[in-house]
Amino acid sequence: MALSLCNLVSRNSLAPLPIGRLLLSTRGLQTFSLPDLPYDYGALEPTISGEIMMLHHQKHHQTYVTNYNKALEQLDDAMNRGDPSTVVKLQSALKFNGGGHINHSIFWKNLAPVNEGGGEPPRGSLGWAIDTDFGSLESLKQKMNAEGAALQGSGWVWLGVDKELKRLVVETTANQDPLVTKGPSLVPLIGLDVWEHAYYLQYKNVKPDYLNNIWKVINWKYASNVYEKESA
Amino acid sequence: MAAGSTAINFSTPCALFPCQPLSLGFSRSSFHRHQAAKNQRRSTRRAASTPAITAKLELKPPPYPLNALEPHMSQETLSYHWGKHHRGYVENLNKQITGTELDGMLLEDIIFLTYNRGDILPPFNNAAQIWNHEFFWESMKPDGGGKPTGDLLELIKRDFGSIDTFMEEFRAAASTQFGSGWAWLAYKANRLDVGNAVNPSPADEDKKLVVVKSPNAVNPLVWDYYPLLVIDVWEHAYILDFEARRADYISIFMEKLVSWEAVGSRLEMAKAQAAERESEERRRQEEEEKNAGDAEAVEMYLDSNSDEPEAD
Repeated sequence: MALSLCNLVSRNSLAPLPIGRLLLSTRGLQTFSLPDLPYDYGALEPTISGEIMMLHHQKHHQTYVTNYNKALEQLDDAMNRGDPSTVVKLQSALKFNGGGHINHSIFWKNLAPVNEGGGEPPRGSLGWAIDTDFGSLESLKQKMNAEGAALQGSGWVWLGVDKELKRLVVETTANQDPLVTKGPSLVPLIGLDVWEHAYYLQYKNVKPDYLNNIWKVINWKYASNVYEKESA
Repeated sequence: MAAGSTAINFSTPCALFPCQPLSLGFSRSSFHRHQAAKNQRRSTRRAASTPAITAKLELKPPPYPLNALEPHMSQETLSYHWGKHHRGYVENLNKQITGTELDGMLLEDIIFLTYNRGDILPPFNNAAQIWNHEFFWESMKPDGGGKPTGDLLELIKRDFGSIDTFMEEFRAAASTQFGSGWAWLAYKANRLDVGNAVNPSPADEDKKLVVVKSPNAVNPLVWDYYPLLVIDVWEHAYILDFEARRADYISIFMEKLVSWEAVGSRLEMAKAQAAERESEERRRQEEEEKNAGDAEAVEMYLDSNSDEPEAD
């Protein structure tokens, strides 16, 4: 029992980000809660509507958190009972919902209102790295927009840094797979949510318009901070 | 597909597929015969006396006006879902296949070839989504819902235990298809070794109803199942009317939209196709046995004077 608790409490296998406030249940299992947005729902208008921000945060992200906690409880129970079949069966629920929680927690930090720096281009080392690896910021945006437009179904487009190779990468993941599923040394800097719920109520089927516009509220300061930390 | 995507040259099948004859098997041609009786032909044919006309797939409208499913599925949803998404798949596929080997082929054949045993080729998404959406519109009707009857009801009771159990299983598949995709009721009547793909239910017996779910554009045609009913669970199917509440959308679909007549008539065609395949299979086996018998007879006479061990 103590061993399985230790395995859960040391979250080395989970994203090393401060994702949400932690709740401790009476059984000592670490569960998660929905992180607050650092801005009002309407603060990203007209780029992303307040209606979308509210539904995206309160319904979609909350559902991932709720279901992730449920899966964790079931996992804890299965491990305590020594039931490997249930442990393995739970992996997809853990990936879907845990991934959803990880990805959206990053996403809220990737966005900022215009009057708080949203849209301001990256300076410093990240700015240099973008020019080196992609030619220019414009060229990076075009690449990510093209990947996002071409993505079939649901998923994410990422700007990440490969901390082993010390190089920026653009990657896509399907559904709620976190970036780390594309490479263990990849660290996400910017994630663009291209699930339809991220834009449809406002942009309808015109995903390219959403992608062109979202750069106006991208918070490059957060991305720079993460990049500098990983490159240190 | 984005304008900058690589042009795929389909002129040499062997460049894309394992070099084997483009044999589609009797199963697909009998599916076509039944579908042909039901649908108009989707592709136009080249006129012999005019210069080559590129065959274009057409955007088929739903069998009811766009506002006919109100209030359960809004006109706004239909106008985007059919008018933009479905139309987009048709236009994009036509662009992709113009001047290639796929040009002029039947839609089901394009789907089968470009599924490519799961190593999906670019036209698959557009082709399969065209098929899926036509099938989806025809799975619904104004004042739909109610309960299945007749043969369909009997098979549902036989294969699921009860209507309620079937509905539960269908709802569960639709709710748990994570991300984009579809949930299906299908008639499974195929050989276990499915040439084009991995059979998702190899342990199940044949000639029964199954509920299956599929991601993105995939549909049961690639597993050689006969689809009977589908619900679209891509977010664009329900987000305007139900926001995040997929469960409510699924309930309304079952209670108010589903066309059990369409499902019933598809079942009849599925059973007819299965019967036809069985008799063709029997004929083929009989012929093989006859040929094998003849060959043995010949060998007997050839070997009767030989002292050497038999070749096999």
